[in-house]
Amino acid sequence: MRMLGRTAANLFWLSRYVERAENMARLLEVGYRMSLTARREGGASEHLVSMLQAAEMDEAFNAKHEVADVATVSHFMLFDEENPSSVRSCLLAARTNARSVRTALTRDVWETINAAWLEFSQIRPRDVTGARLQDVLQWVKQVSNQFRGAMTGTVLRGDGYMFSTIGGYVERADNTARILDMKYYVLLPRATLVGGDVDIQQWTLILRAASAHRSYRHVYHDRYKAANIADYLILRPEMPRSLRFCMIHINRSLDGLSEIYGTRQDCHLAAEEVTAMLVGNTMERIFQHGLHEFLTEFIARNNRVTETLSDSYNFY
Amino acid sequence: MCSNGNAVGSAANAAQEYMSDSAPFDEMYNADGSVRDPYLELDAWLKEQPAQALKLMSADAEGLFRRLGITFAVYGSNESTERLIPFDIIPRIISAAEWRRLSKGIEQRVRALNAFLHDIYHRQEILKAGRVPEALILQNSAFCPEMMGLDPAKGIYSHIIGVDIVRVGPNDFYVLEDNVRTPSGVSYMLENREAMLHLAPDLFQRHKVAPVETYAENLRRTLESVAPENRQGAPTIAVLTPGIYNSAYFEHSFLADQMGAQLCEGPDLFVEGGKVYMRTTTGPERVDVIYRRIDDDFIDPLTFRPDSLLGVPGLFDAYRAGNVTLVNAPGTGIADDKAVYTYVPEIIEFYLGEKPLLNNVPTYNCTDEEQRNYVLANIEELVVKEVHGSGGYGMLVGPTSTKAMREEFKRRILARPDNYIVQPTLALSTCPTSVKAGIAPRHVDLRPYVLVGDKIRITPGGLTRVALKKGSLVVNSSQGGGTKDTWVLEE
Repeated sequence: MRMLGRTAANLFWLSRYVERAENMARLLEVGYRMSLTARREGGASEHLVSMLQAAEMDEAFNAKHEVADVATVSHFMLFDEENPSSVRSCLLAARTNARSVRTALTRDVWETINAAWLEFSQIRPRDVTGARLQDVLQWVKQVSNQFRGAMTGTVLRGDGYMFSTIGGYVERADNTARILDMKYYVLLPRATLVGGDVDIQQWTLILRAASAHRSYRHVYHDRYKAANIADYLILRPEMPRSLRFCMIHINRSLDGLSEIYGTRQDCHLAAEEVTAMLVGNTMERIFQHGLHEFLTEFIARNNRVTETLSDSYNFY
Repeated sequence: MCSNGNAVGSAANAAQEYMSDSAPFDEMYNADGSVRDPYLELDAWLKEQPAQALKLMSADAEGLFRRLGITFAVYGSNESTERLIPFDIIPRIISAAEWRRLSKGIEQRVRALNAFLHDIYHRQEILKAGRVPEALILQNSAFCPEMMGLDPAKGIYSHIIGVDIVRVGPNDFYVLEDNVRTPSGVSYMLENREAMLHLAPDLFQRHKVAPVETYAENLRRTLESVAPENRQGAPTIAVLTPGIYNSAYFEHSFLADQMGAQLCEGPDLFVEGGKVYMRTTTGPERVDVIYRRIDDDFIDPLTFRPDSLLGVPGLFDAYRAGNVTLVNAPGTGIADDKAVYTYVPEIIEFYLGEKPLLNNVPTYNCTDEEQRNYVLANIEELVVKEVHGSGGYGMLVGPTSTKAMREEFKRRILARPDNYIVQPTLALSTCPTSVKAGIAPRHVDLRPYVLVGDKIRITPGGLTRVALKKGSLVVNSSQGGGTKDTWVLEE
């Protein structure tokens, strides 16, 4: 039985929303940590604001709040119904998508999403402070892990799995690229003040947001260095949140689709164009070209993958 | 011995207390407190359960249902759009002999009702013979003139039927409603069985319970058997749902999943060249059979309600051309209209030449002055239903009503006598039900599910609905009713 175009779209967005909920939790976790350790007056607020910028939520936030502190920012990112990227909005959207395609999901996947939403809707926002905030953020990440686990462990490797996988990695690549872009200036070679306090803090923020601050040491056996950090999150194929890693998996799933359907489509070309930015490239060349320009182009080309995928497989 | 004596004494007290609340006919206990045959093993099992066991099982059941997302929406409730139908852990048990009798009566009814529908939408012999008043049919809003002369596949109009039956004595069954449009609730029948197998496997080992799990397979076979004859290859089946906000969405997705059919919303389908297609990832794919869970009025904005966003423009023309089968057919509502209901015994005799095997509830016609006067004088003993109402809304149960409610209904009957039917209050049978204080009798009804295609298939048992409020006779889930797993014992 062939899949409805709507079902394919729902599966794609289901994964995107779960991944986005996770990324929001990661970003908030970093912002919260940084604000706790800020040593300057007003430093805490600055960290939270730059975190909001990374999530591209600063404008929406400023429209509603005058002060960026842990309470306002965490409420905005976790619970605000008007913020389409809040964890609440993402989990609800994920569940709505999942409900629409209930028949295309395994019971394990559905139960994960359904239980996550039911549990989240029981949380009272005013209880979520301090240690409890960290618990909730940890829980959001676990939901995402559980979702991926249920997908990997129970879903038939058909077209539905491919659409869903592509959705997750497109969202992740977008998120990593945005975090890098937000702090690209601290990664530029000429800006490096070796061992400078400020930079190390900024770098830690970037690495933590990608869960990469520990594994970095295993890969580079070195202290934090700007060039390594950029390399790690852009080009390293073994780093699960790097742009390269995401593209490897997007391409694999697209190959899967072309095997199932017997044709290659515009989305395959679009993904090749993104991949060409990474394969055989070096950080030196990227820096020469301009890191910010590189990331801007990456984000635009990555969006093209979603657009062409939607056209190629009749998403609606 | 002394303590034993006390235990027996308190059990006897409990039994006495149980009997004082039960209906004239309780399905488990006879009037003298002895246990009816089909319930002997259950009785033994209940006595073996530790004090809190049933409560724990009930709590487990609730968690299980919520996790699976088996919910329904309550209209007009803003507290939460999704609720669980309470599940009662004590099964309702029907003996093989009882079921044989019931299923014969059900089969007779659905054969007659399909014959009636075919006649109404063709030669209308029954009207010409004067056995059913012409005005009652032709001026009825459930009559669908667009269906005149149309020949559905195999001549079947209502393929999926849920007959509401109540019991008032060991051999006294009454049909309350025939539900030949789009009966819901079958997923609860199936999930109740799953839950019961999960929660009380040992209870199953002590019985031979007829399976219900074959329903989805039988539904698929039924749908395939009525596919248009001009199609090529195996028929493609779609379940057409109004979408995730519909109260029965869970059931729609559940059935599509169990059958391996495509779950579609209106916008997923389109009609071109008189044929129906769905929009797939590789382009249009022909659809042969649509099990539609959308009301007649909404299925096709070109033929019926033009403001419908749920349906598929052109669907009815494709149906008329014989290029797709709609299940159930549009216009079946004329056979389960509450006013037509009173003629079902006539209908059975007219088409089958047989005496009805199941009773109809005697019904008062309020447009007749004599009957209306009786109704107004005795309303506290009667049940008043809106002719087009469903789901327990717009209904008065005389014995449990307040004076204000009765006066209100009297006013309404006088204003629109044709809008109401009135029936005596039936002493619905009771079944033991798990309640806060232990086990108590609660009133139940039964909805067996019937499939009509290449043959008639009736799933043994059906959905038992139980009024959880003490003394209440309204079993609808929207009015606080719950459900029970229903067992038909095999011999």
